[in-house]
Amino acid sequence: MAGGACDLPRAGGAVIVLGRQSARRRVTDRVMGWVCLAAILVAVAPLASVLGYIVIQGASALNWAFFTHLPAPVGEPGGGMANAILGTLTLIGLAACVGVPVGILGGLFLAEAGDGRLGWWIRFTADVLNGLPSIVVGVFVYALVVVPMHRFSALAGGLALGVMMIPLVVRTTEEMVRLVPSSLREASLALGIRWWVTSLRIVLRTATAGVITGIMLAVARIGGETAPLLFTAFNNQFWQAGLDQPISSLTVQLFTYSIAPYDDWHRQAWAAALVLMAITLLLNVAARAAGRQRFTMGGR
Amino acid sequence: MSYAAPAGRGVPPLPAESRVRSGRGGDAIFRVLLTVFGVAVIVLVAAIACVLTGAAMPAIRRFGPAFLWTSRWDPVHNIFGALPFVFGTVASSALALLVAVPISLGVAVYLVEIAPPRTSIALSFIIELLAAIPSVILGLWGIFVLAPWVRSAVEPVLSAVLGWLPLFSGPQYGIGLLAAGIILAIMIIPIVSSVSRDVLRAVPAEQREAMYALGATRWEVISRAVVPYGRIGIIGAVILGLGRALGETMAVTMVIGNRPQISTSLFQPAYTIAAVLANEFSEATSDLYLSALIEMALVLFAVSLIVNALARWLVARATSHARAAR
Repeated sequence: MAGGACDLPRAGGAVIVLGRQSARRRVTDRVMGWVCLAAILVAVAPLASVLGYIVIQGASALNWAFFTHLPAPVGEPGGGMANAILGTLTLIGLAACVGVPVGILGGLFLAEAGDGRLGWWIRFTADVLNGLPSIVVGVFVYALVVVPMHRFSALAGGLALGVMMIPLVVRTTEEMVRLVPSSLREASLALGIRWWVTSLRIVLRTATAGVITGIMLAVARIGGETAPLLFTAFNNQFWQAGLDQPISSLTVQLFTYSIAPYDDWHRQAWAAALVLMAITLLLNVAARAAGRQRFTMGGR
Repeated sequence: MSYAAPAGRGVPPLPAESRVRSGRGGDAIFRVLLTVFGVAVIVLVAAIACVLTGAAMPAIRRFGPAFLWTSRWDPVHNIFGALPFVFGTVASSALALLVAVPISLGVAVYLVEIAPPRTSIALSFIIELLAAIPSVILGLWGIFVLAPWVRSAVEPVLSAVLGWLPLFSGPQYGIGLLAAGIILAIMIIPIVSSVSRDVLRAVPAEQREAMYALGATRWEVISRAVVPYGRIGIIGAVILGLGRALGETMAVTMVIGNRPQISTSLFQPAYTIAAVLANEFSEATSDLYLSALIEMALVLFAVSLIVNALARWLVARATSHARAAR
């Protein structure tokens, strides 16, 4: 495309006609600068509003019982979401069993041997998987696992989240492994150490911090997912009975409570939002701090 | 003698040779292992396509392509037409783009061209945090903060000024297409602005310097040299945002009102494909009902495949083109 070559004369022609910077042009310049700043403010305003409401509404509803008690029956005040917190942790654990090994080894393949056509296709499908609406993943797991098992289960929910985790871990692992200086790998190979040992014990190990950062970000993302759990893990108002049984999660519980017509449930929903948001932000900030460290190390 | 003997017995070469052989074996096994896990990603996407198509087959056979443009959704009589959901999905996403694209462009331009580097990094981080808010939390905020605000502040103003348009007429609920469009816009601003930012950043410096040398103001440089140069990549970013908006589920479900109707007014409730999946899937009573819902999931899958492929191609073209020009 000859964009660069044909844009310039046209743009330049207009400017030459205008000649010296007139007052009108300077004012336009200034005003458009403010418009762009306004766009930033408009984009950030919802974030401020969401965080503000979560902190104010959530803090007033949050208490110790939220972390230690089961949900109270309708009409009874009090109760908590202890089962949902444990359920979310269980689901994340199950998802990691699927997403972490497949993600790391897939990413290592892309970094070590992924320059060909196969690598292109894997990257492409990973991007498609990453952009896939999460509810579609839920439908897939429903047809694959829930229908044959004849019931909703923690396993199905964990698998759905695990599928969503794969592309995230694949792409960050590839990026982080590619950051490892090739001199390290060459030194190891020159010592007669096999490629596979070099790959696992020198290259992947050097990239460990970055890979863990990627996993943390992936966990932050899937921990906040609701749609793929609605008809895989379903929900449960009691302690989980087993991995082949429906399981509660913070997000599904939050959804159920927020669309219910009870004020007490709304308060609990805000409390759940505060807990979920705190965990998500913490993971994001921690991952970012670790990631920055990693990059400065690579840059030196 | 002391070390000729082992050599004579051939001891030192042997371990080396066997190490080479076993090492090659290890390398080969490792390569196969990595390839299997890499290919697993492709297999997974293919499996999603196959499983969804298989499960949607009864509905596809029964209703054919007319499924997409008939509007009767009647689970009691087992008649399913997806038009109201297709309409709601397209309308809410279009509205989201209308709101989000100008804002995202402004954000990207400010981050790349105007803000000092340190401010730019901090602001990028804050805007990316917006993407980290779980959808269900935005939905909660949408129900209790956004929708009442839309009802009390936005819709009265719109109907007073533009009420003669059918688009802004009718009763004002707060919950409806308009609220869904706004919440979708909030959700796609981070991705559209961060991809556009990367695209603008890839515009070669000569492009700017040439304009400045001709006496252009900063805004003229941005609007005539930088943004036109990156337009293909920006279109890619917008399409990426569209892909996200089409499939977004929770926040939309919570504020769109969930009524399968096609209305000209933005104030009216509507329904999207993702929302009907979320609400009706676990309650589907007949096999055909379930199959019709799965067919809609298949439609979402196909659309997101196309949208992603297109966006990826455009963004790659824009950034690699700029890299080659540098």
